[in-house]
Formats: sequence, C-alpha cells, structure tokens
Amino acid sequence: MKLRESIHIARRSLMGNKMRALLTMLGVIIGVGAIITMISIGRGAKADISERIKSLGSNVLAIRPGAQQFGMVRFGAGSRMTLKYADAELLKEKSQYITYVSPEVSRQAQVKYGNKNDNIEIIGTNPEYQRVQNSHVEKGSFFTDEDVLYKERVCVVGKTVVTNIFGDTDPIGKDIRINNVSFRVLGIMEKKGSMGPFDQDNRIFVPVTTAQKRLFGIDYLRGISVEVRSEKEMTAAQEEIERLLRRQHKLASNKESDFNIQDQSTFLETLEQTSRSFTFLLAGVAAVSLIVGGIGIMNIMLVSVTERTREIGTRKAVGAKRRNILMQFLVESLVLSLIGGAVGIGMGIGGANLVSKLAGWKTVVSLDAILLAFLFAASVGIFFGIYPARKAARLNPIEALRYE
Amino acid sequence: MIVMENVEKIYRMGEVDVTALKGVSLRIDRGEFVSIMGPSGSGKSTLMNIVGCLDVPTSGSYELDGTAVGGLNDNQLADIRNRKVGFVFQTFNLLAREDALHNVELPMVYNDVSEKKRKEIALQMLETVGLAHRAKHRPNEMSGGERQRVAIARALVNNPAILLADEPTGNLDSQTGIEIMNIFQNLNESGITIVLVTHERDIAAYSRRIIRLRDGLIEGEEKS
Repeated sequence: MKLRESIHIARRSLMGNKMRALLTMLGVIIGVGAIITMISIGRGAKADISERIKSLGSNVLAIRPGAQQFGMVRFGAGSRMTLKYADAELLKEKSQYITYVSPEVSRQAQVKYGNKNDNIEIIGTNPEYQRVQNSHVEKGSFFTDEDVLYKERVCVVGKTVVTNIFGDTDPIGKDIRINNVSFRVLGIMEKKGSMGPFDQDNRIFVPVTTAQKRLFGIDYLRGISVEVRSEKEMTAAQEEIERLLRRQHKLASNKESDFNIQDQSTFLETLEQTSRSFTFLLAGVAAVSLIVGGIGIMNIMLVSVTERTREIGTRKAVGAKRRNILMQFLVESLVLSLIGGAVGIGMGIGGANLVSKLAGWKTVVSLDAILLAFLFAASVGIFFGIYPARKAARLNPIEALRYE
Repeated sequence: MIVMENVEKIYRMGEVDVTALKGVSLRIDRGEFVSIMGPSGSGKSTLMNIVGCLDVPTSGSYELDGTAVGGLNDNQLADIRNRKVGFVFQTFNLLAREDALHNVELPMVYNDVSEKKRKEIALQMLETVGLAHRAKHRPNEMSGGERQRVAIARALVNNPAILLADEPTGNLDSQTGIEIMNIFQNLNESGITIVLVTHERDIAAYSRRIIRLRDGLIEGEEKS
C-alpha cells in the first residue's frame, strides 16, 4: 500500500470530523505557536543585550551601593544609601586612571505638559553620562556642568517622551512639570530602543543635583559609572576606586565594603545569561503545552480506533496487513500534528510580531526555532500516535467485524 | 479447492475450553455452490471463519486452493484472504465515507495494483452487478440491495478462489434477497465457487449442495 492511500484515508477521516480535528489540532497549534513566540522573545532580548555590550566599550566600570543587611537578612545589591555625589566628585578629582565619571540617580515621576501627563523614569546625572553610557543628545543640547553646579531646572528628553507627551510640537525650549516642578527642555536624546520589556527612550535626564535636592529630596546615588583611560588599567582602576571610597567612607580594614564595583560588560553578560535561562524556561513551559496537545491527539486517535473497529475488521478481512492498519492510523495522527504544526508556525510568527508591536519588545524569529518546533510537533504526532495505531493493528479481525 | 481433514477448533472462554468444531472433514471442489446450514451454536460461524482464513484450526488440516493454512501467521493469512477469498457480509461492511467505486477498489489497495488499473477493474465489476451508474455514490445514498451488490463487486475484484457469503440476505427484504441470490447463481454459472452460510432453508435452496452442521459436527449432506 502506498503512502498516498494512507494520506487519502487520513484526509477522509479528518474531513469527516472537521470540528473534532480542529480542536485536536488546537493543542499542537498553541504549543508550536508558544514555543516559537517564546524563543523569539528570548532571542530578541539576547540580541538587544549583545548590541548594548558592543556599544558600551569594555573600559566602563559601574559602582553600586552594597547590599543592606539586618542580622541574617540580606537585601538586594544596591539597596543601601551609601554612595553620595561627593564620592563621584572625589573619584573625578583624585583618580589617575579614570577619565570620565557619571553619577546616577533615578526614580519614576509624574510628568506633565499641557493636558498630557505620564509616569516617566527620571535620571539625574551629569554631561559625562553621554560619553560613559554611549548615549548622546541628538537635537538641541545636553545640560552643562554649570547646570549641575547651580541645580538648574533643565532637562533632556527621550524619543518616547516626545511622542507621548509633546506629540507634534517641538519640545525644545518648552517648559514641562516634573513632580510639579517646572523644567525647561534643552534637547532630545538619540533613540536607544528597548531592552527586553524596558523602553530606554521613555526617560528624562536632569542634572543630578537638581534631581536630588529639588525633585526627590535624597542625598544618595543609584550608582556611579566611570570610564577608565585604557582597558589595560581596569584592574588597577578597580583597586584605586576601592581604596579611595573605603577611605572616604571611613571603613575599618576588617569591614566589608559598602559598595561594589562591576565591569559593565560582565554585568550585561550576566543579564544575557539570565535572559537565556528565561528563554529556556518559557520554551520549556511551551513545550509542555505541546506535549499536552500530543495527549489530546492520542485521546482522539483512541476514540477514532474504537469508532472504526468495524472498518478495521473489514479492511483486515479484505487483506489489510498489520502494518497497513498501523500506517493508516499513524499517518492520521501525523497529519493532525503536522497541520497543527504548520498553523502553529504562522501563529508563532504572528505572536512574536504582536508582542513587538504591542509591548515594544524586540523579537527575533529564527529558522532554527521554527524547525525545532515543527520537528517537535512531528515527533509528538508519531509518539502519541503509535499506541492507538498499534492497538488498531492488533485487533482480531473476527472480533472487529462483529463489533457493535 | 477446499480440503478439510478432521478440523477441530477450541476456544478458551475464561477458565473453560469450548469446542466449537469437533472434527470436521469437508471437500468442496472448484465451481461448486455450497450452503452451510445449522442452528446458532452449531459451529457454522467458526467453520466460516476458518474457511475464510480469518482463523486457523486448533488441530486438523485445511488446504485452500493448494495452500495449507494451518500455522500461517497474521500477515500470511491477510495475504491469502486478499488473493483467494471474497467476503460478503450480512451487514455489507462498506466504508461509509468512501463512494461505491473506492469501496470496490479496497482489496486491490492492499494488493498494490496501480491506481489506474484499480479504477478500471472496479468499474468493470460494478458493471457486472449492474451498478456502474452508482459508482460515485456513497453507501448511505444506496438501498440495501445496492449496497450488497457493491459488496459482491468488492469480493470479486481480486479474482478469488472462493466467494464466501455469510447470511448475505439477512438484512434485506425477501424480494431484494431473491435478486441477490440470482446474482450469486449467475456468478456460479460463470464458474465462481460459492460458499454460503445461512439458516434459511429458502436461501440454501439456491445452492446445489447443502451441508448441515450440528454441535460442531457435520450432521448430514444433501443435494438440492
């Protein structure tokens, strides 16, 4: 018997129960679609992070406040309020390896212009931020060291802020209200895109001193980023920062540092690893749903074998061998899973596009993810089709012919 | 053609052995039209299953068209059924989703006949039973008599050694039953060997030889 005949029989049987076939396929469609979408999201995040690593340069160090500890309870890194603006000034002044220093504070704040308002991340920093974070002003100008010194109420806005708050009007020279304090817009930052779910363009940059004193009423920093003169001096620079800040913070030599220093690219590599584990996790969950879909196929195939017992008996009576019957039912479950897989690929690609449109996350649909999901669907079809098909093939023709 | 020597068939039903055939010896020659009659429980279904190679004897020997059937495995039996036996059932057993033509083609599907040849032979057989004009109709669009004629056409396509009919008129009204029996008679006259299983005397009367079965043994034989 030719494969063509098996496909013909499978088509007849599935067309005879369209709704049932569709519902059975739905499990595979959702499974394959979910796998492709999840892998695409993961790949997108990874591509984003890799780009950031490339654009950062490897001579940047990030200083973060240390973890807070009460007795045995340790809070997350960066939870202490130990880094001060004075620390940044000290590094700029005293260090021989560091060329640029950028202090950073950041908080969400309510931003208002005209009748529009939005909750936006406010970043307090200094002009050297542009150099250290490789993020430059595109139109107008960044604020200056004087603005930082005199705590001026000026700001630079990101692209998303322009679209959301200003719409068609040119923001430069306009006044906006951040936490009800009026700020003049000096410039617009170049587009950074989003990293995973974080839109890096929905930000407003203000002088760090203004942010601390006029907006948030705090005296500590979220962190300090520094650029080291050359890559070869990274270790030396780290040791120097350690020494300078410990002395500044008056830490006894037996005490742990209340800050830590990270290589920026190491930090992003960690982030990349995290995103990879996350992708595995999501794809794993999606794979489980595909397996559940496979169980659905097995269930329906078992029903189908029972329903068609007499047909199987008839086929055997006129000369069908075991392998002919096995093939017939295996092809039927394979057709279910492959059609489901093909539709699922469409859904997955659509899903990935939808996610990047709606959530603004970057997604990368890759051929290997599609192939993986499709092959997985095919294996599910075969694996869960074998048992019902064997059951059909082993039916005794006499009993099958008599079955009511 | 059919040579049975002392055939026994024992089924295991749970803990007990049930002897359905207690040593049946039988010879049917080419071109015969034989009826097997007997009350229910007489073993005629078992005998038919063995004659049709759906089952093998527990002991004794059975030879169909020169092939010893005892000791063959499932696949070999399937092959013999395909080439040497044409079945006609009481309940027609047509595939509901397929049209008459494809139903008639079915035995050739398992015989690797090319699709073109299959169609040709199937159409020819439908013509023999007078249903060429119904080739594209499905069983549920046909009367009982038409369905049984499609089944007869299907039984004939592989040019079998015997045509085995199990109560072929059991689900038909008497008028249609007569039509079907006339077809069998015509087929027999054209040289086809027919074995008919029935419990109706009127139907058995169409054959030329009647074998009576009782309690797993041949009780007697008569010519009609």
